[in-house]
Formats: sequence, structure tokens, C-alpha cells
Amino acid sequence: MNAVTRATMVDLSVEVGGLALRNPVMPASGTFAEGLERVIDFNLLGAIVTKTITRELRAGNPLPRIVERPGGLINAIGIPSQGVPYFLEETMRHYAACDAPLVVSISAPTAEGFASLATELSIPGVAAIEANISCPNIEEDGKAYAIRADSTEKVTRELRNATKLPLWVKLTPNTGDIAEVARAAEAAGADAVVVANTILSMAIDIKTFRPCLGNVMGGLSGPAIKPIILRQVFQCAKAVKISIIGCGGVSTAEDVVEYMLAGASAVQVGTATFLQPAAMTTIVSDLGAFCLRREIPRVTDIVRGVVIEEADEPDLAWVNPRP
Amino acid sequence: MAFTAAIQPDAATSRVTGSARWKPDIVAELAPVIRNDAVNAEYRHLVVSCSDVAAAATPGQFFQLLCPHPAGEQPFLRRPMSVYGADPANRQLEFLYKVAGAGTRGLDTLRAGDTLDIMGPLGVGFTLDPSWRRIVAIGRGAGLATLAPLALAAKRKGVHVTAILSARRPELLVSVDLFRAHGADVISVTDAEQSSGPTNVERILRQLIVEERCDAFFTCGSSRLMRVQQRLAKEFGLRGQIAMEQQMACGIGLCHCCVRDFNVNGEIVSRRVCWDGPVFDLSEALP
Ligand SMILES: Cc1cc2nc3c(=O)[nH]c(=O)nc-3n(C[C@H](O)[C@H](O)[C@H](O)COP(=O)(O)OP(=O)(O)OC[C@H]3O[C@@H](n4cnc5c(N)ncnc54)[C@H](O)[C@@H]3O)c2cc1C
Ligand SMILES: Cc1cc2nc3c(=O)[nH]c(=O)nc-3n(C[C@H](O)[C@H](O)[C@H](O)COP(=O)(O)O)c2cc1C
Ligand code: FES
Repeated sequence: MNAVTRATMVDLSVEVGGLALRNPVMPASGTFAEGLERVIDFNLLGAIVTKTITRELRAGNPLPRIVERPGGLINAIGIPSQGVPYFLEETMRHYAACDAPLVVSISAPTAEGFASLATELSIPGVAAIEANISCPNIEEDGKAYAIRADSTEKVTRELRNATKLPLWVKLTPNTGDIAEVARAAEAAGADAVVVANTILSMAIDIKTFRPCLGNVMGGLSGPAIKPIILRQVFQCAKAVKISIIGCGGVSTAEDVVEYMLAGASAVQVGTATFLQPAAMTTIVSDLGAFCLRREIPRVTDIVRGVVIEEADEPDLAWVNPRP
Repeated sequence: MAFTAAIQPDAATSRVTGSARWKPDIVAELAPVIRNDAVNAEYRHLVVSCSDVAAAATPGQFFQLLCPHPAGEQPFLRRPMSVYGADPANRQLEFLYKVAGAGTRGLDTLRAGDTLDIMGPLGVGFTLDPSWRRIVAIGRGAGLATLAPLALAAKRKGVHVTAILSARRPELLVSVDLFRAHGADVISVTDAEQSSGPTNVERILRQLIVEERCDAFFTCGSSRLMRVQQRLAKEFGLRGQIAMEQQMACGIGLCHCCVRDFNVNGEIVSRRVCWDGPVFDLSEALP
């Protein structure tokens, strides 16, 4: 740390879902790996979040897996996973030297599968479990758990019984009422909700009349989705007391401030790292500078700080006209 | 324990410093453009100033370029581009690119004095085995840009290069002078002259092998030519390396969009072109 001894220190530390983090910035699952260590110092991150791992080896989706659109990209990578033994031996060893807490993202096709994976990974060195429940639930015809409150509640409860580690549940934005789903996760014992994953979308090549992605549909990420996810964070913040981690289109410190004002206590950064590999550490330092300029001593002071004049509930009549 | 970021009030760009021993060997930086000239109807030669870390790039490595937006288009991702030349003494990097779509049209708008956001050096480049004395480099199209710096590296190691350069038309051949300047023998083949077909290239290669001018193959840019070399490498027990291309998003092994299948001792394994390559063992490559 720079030896700056003036009364201009900003406290960037946050408490999120059972973990104390040195700052609110961490990677989004699937957009981070060991290789980034050659560009940024991992000890500057609030936490480390792994790519979602599954119990078994998985190949991932057919190519092409990514297509760009203005302001974002659509991916259908499909969770290629090297399985649990590889994670325990290679990935864990790699992060052992790093002092940022290690959050392990997991996925399974059944609630029971989620629970047993969480138990197996509740070991020293793992600081928290992030359940990626945006993936197909084979017990429910392949609909993601987080599309509905009842399936979210069920899988979260099984996970809660399976691990004593802090439990973060990553929601999907592809649902009708995300606040309801967040409430279900809270009721079932989640320590935090990550809001949210990518937005289901599609792109078509007008030269060939064919979908641009091998998987036909994929998830949109990047700056294009930030206003939508920000709204969902705001809605969840009104619904739950547990911590909210904002995830969607964060690429600057200003984005973090916006997410925190809406109710997030921390953020995850995904696509921005593809464009600027040092995005996360730049954001941390710029966030400190923002607080300093605005004379905000602790970054947590701005969490849930959005000021809405007059009405408690903004009037959305022109968006959702009542009958 | 509360972590506090120490920041000077006026330094919005200041960095929070972490562990003292840590040092990056991949950088993203704003590189001033020295020149960006047309080489022919399709290719441009771009030269930029850069840091020591970036200029340490070796043949076969690449950079991810954040392309300026051309009028009416918004390329979102970075674009991978091979190192065409790297000069650590003068801290310069060169790229040779074909104007293909939105990103490269954006590169085409760069003028001397502009800056370009470059990220690299990335990936695993070519290696020259000390036992090799004479190598054959075969490339087509933009693949020539990838192979060209190999000629200089080979020359410095006293390795002789025969370069077989392939293009649609003779006027679209690039890097001929560069290969020659580094002492390579250049054989050009083109579609227009009907000399670039696999049969003719195989004939040329067999001749080079008979003349003991080929200890190893280096290739980029054509799967047809790759298959010819794989066949000959097997027949004559020769080694080889291939630089492969795949669409990329992150360029540093994070996203898994750039995977390709490889045949490793009869087993199909998937690898990330950006991180495990882009240069791979010729015998393991699949078209
Ligand atoms: C490791 C590597 C090194 C390369 N080196 C060179 C070089 O030295 N000179 C050169 O002219 N070209 C090179 N290419 C190809 C170059 O990256 C593409 O021509 C360029 O991305 C095209 O971008 P665009 O926006 O102009 O085209 P668009 O067609 O608009 O691009 C759309 C998308 O497709 C991808 N794409 C298009 N063509 C290719 C391609 N051939 N390979 C991979 N992805 C592609 C783009 O990156 C982008 O994501 C290299 C590719 C790779 C993977
Ligand atoms: C290439 C890619 C791979 C991803 N893989 C995962 C994954 O394995 N697990 C997961 O929970 N989310 C995954 N995501 C979603 C991100 O974690 C994040 O929720 C999303 O990209 C939105 O954030 P962003 O706009 O900052 O990228 C992936 C996203 C991308 C772009
Ligand atoms: S481009 Fe992201 S892993 Fe290769």
C-alpha cells in the first residue's frame, strides 16, 4: 500500500453475505481465471470467484460461443468444467497464496446434486459458496431454478442444510418477479443474492439467415444490460435484508456507485475484464478517488443511498398501465 | 480489518498498490501510432510505440487491439492480431492486417499521432529447436504476417528459412521483401498462376525435403496446406508448428470461446487457442 499519511483515507471495506472484504469489487463467475494474474495483482481484489464448476467433466457448447453486439456480447459457453478433482488439486493450489477470499461457484442439475457438491467443497481455503441457479433444473423440465420462487427456495434450503459456509445465490434476470425470487432465497437461508446473470438473447446472421451462436440462444452481458440489472438490484433491495451483490455491465467506478446506491453492497465485474484486463483494480482505485472527492469516509455509507423524492414507489403507470 | 485505499485527492488515475513483488508481464496500454500505411489493396502496415513489456513480444505471439469505431459501426470486442515485428531497442511494435470487417476498418482510420489501446504480448509463440538448421515456413493470406517475424528470429540463431508464400494474386503477396531481407529463400505461389494448389505445394515440399532443406515445418493460414505438411511430416519423421486462429473475446484464457479440438495421441482434447496457443504442435492440429 502507498505510504500516504494524510487524513484522506477512504475505507473501502464491506461486509457481504458473511464475508469481510477489503473492497467491494470481485470478478463475475466465468470471466476470471488464473491467467489474469499476469495482468493484475489478485491481492487487490475484494474476493476471487471461480468459474462455475460441476461435479463431472463437461465439454461446453458448440462453436461459435460468442457474438458481439453494440454495448455487449452474447455468450453460450455452456460451463465447460474440469470436474471436482481438478478443482481441488489445481485450482485450489493456485489460489492458496492469494489472501483474497475464494468464492466457489457451483452448479448441478438437481437440488441434491447442488447440496452434495456444496458439502464436498466446504473445506478450508473455500470462503463461500456461490450457487449458480441460473442453469437448467432437470427436475423442472430444464427451466432454471431461479426463474421461480418455489424452486429457488427448495434448492437454497438444501444448500443451506449442506454447508455452514456463507451461501450466495446467483439469480437469473430472466424471470417475471426477481424480488419474489430473492425473498425466497432469503427465506431459505441464503446469506446473499447475486443479482444477476446474463439476459437470454439471440443474434441472427442476415447473410446466412442462421443464428450467430452454435447454441442458437445465449446470454447478453456488458454495458448494454446494466440499466436492467440495476433496476433488479433496486427491486431486490426493497424486498430483502440480506446482502445484494450487483452483477451486470459494471465497467467503471461510477457503475459501482450506481449499484451501491440502488442497494448492492458489492459488485462483480465480468465482460469489462475482456476489454480492459485491469478493469477491476482500476475500478477499486477510482472508487476510492470518488469517495475522496465526495468526502465519503466509508464506501458502505452509500449502500441503499438512492434518493427518491415524494413517492416511495416510482410511478410506472406509463410502462405498466393498470387496467 | 478494514482495508483502506490510499489515494491522492487529485490523482483520479492513481493505482492502489498491492504486493510489492508482483509485476505484470501482460499489459494494456495506449500506444502512439507512428504510421499506418497501405501495403496493397487489402493489407495495412501499422507501427506503434510501446512499453518494454509489450516490445518483448516474440514471433507467433499476438496482441488484442481495441479498435477505434469506424463510421456507423461499433466493434465491441478487441481483435487479435499477430506480432509482425517487435523491436525492444526502439520500443516499437508492428502489425500487418487485412481490412476485413468492422474492427479492421476501425484500425484503418488510425493516423500518425493517434493512440491505439493494445494488450499483450499474449499466447505461446513459435520455438526453434537448437538442433534445427533449416526450416520451411509456409503461409497464406494473413498467416504470412504471423510467420514473417520467425524469419528474423531464425536468422539470429543461424537457422536457414525457405518461405513458401501463398496468395490469391501475385499483387496480394505480402512480406516477400521482409523474408528476403532476413535471408530467406522465397518461393511464391498464387491461385491466379495456379501454383498454390496442394499438389504443387506438396511437390515443392518433397523437393525441399530431398534436398535436406527442411528440418521442421512452420505454418499458418490454410488448413489445406496444413494437411499436406502433416502428411509429409509423418512420412519423413519431421516436426512442425502451426499458428491457429479462432474468434476471441478475452485473449487471456478466461472465457473459453476460442477453443479448438486437438488430437493428442489419438485422444481428442479441447484447448484454448489464446492461452494454450496460438502456436501448437503440427501433428496435433485438426482442421
Ligand atoms: C491469434 C490471431 C492472430 C491473428 N493475426 C492476424 C494478423 O496478423 N493479420 C491479420 O490480418 N489478421 C490476423 N488475424 C485475424 C484477425 O483477428 C481478424 O481478421 C479480425 O479479427 C477481423 O476483425 P474484423 O472486425 O475486421 O472482422 P469481423 O468479421 O467484423 O469480425 C467479427 C468477429 O469475428 C472475429 N473474426 C473475424 N475474422 C477472424 C479470424 N480470421 N480469426 C479469428 N477471429 C476472427 C472477430 O475477432 C470478431 O469477433 C489473427 C487472428 C488470430 C486469432
Ligand atoms: C464468457 C462468459 C462466461 C460466463 N460463465 C459463467 C459461469 O460459469 N457461471 C456464472 O454464474 N455466470 C457466468 N457468466 C455470467 C457472468 O458471471 C455475469 O453474470 C454476466 O456476464 C453479467 O456481468 P457483466 O455484464 O459484468 O459481464 C459468464 C459470462 C460470460 C460473458
Ligand atoms: S479468448 Fe477467452 S479463453 Fe481464449
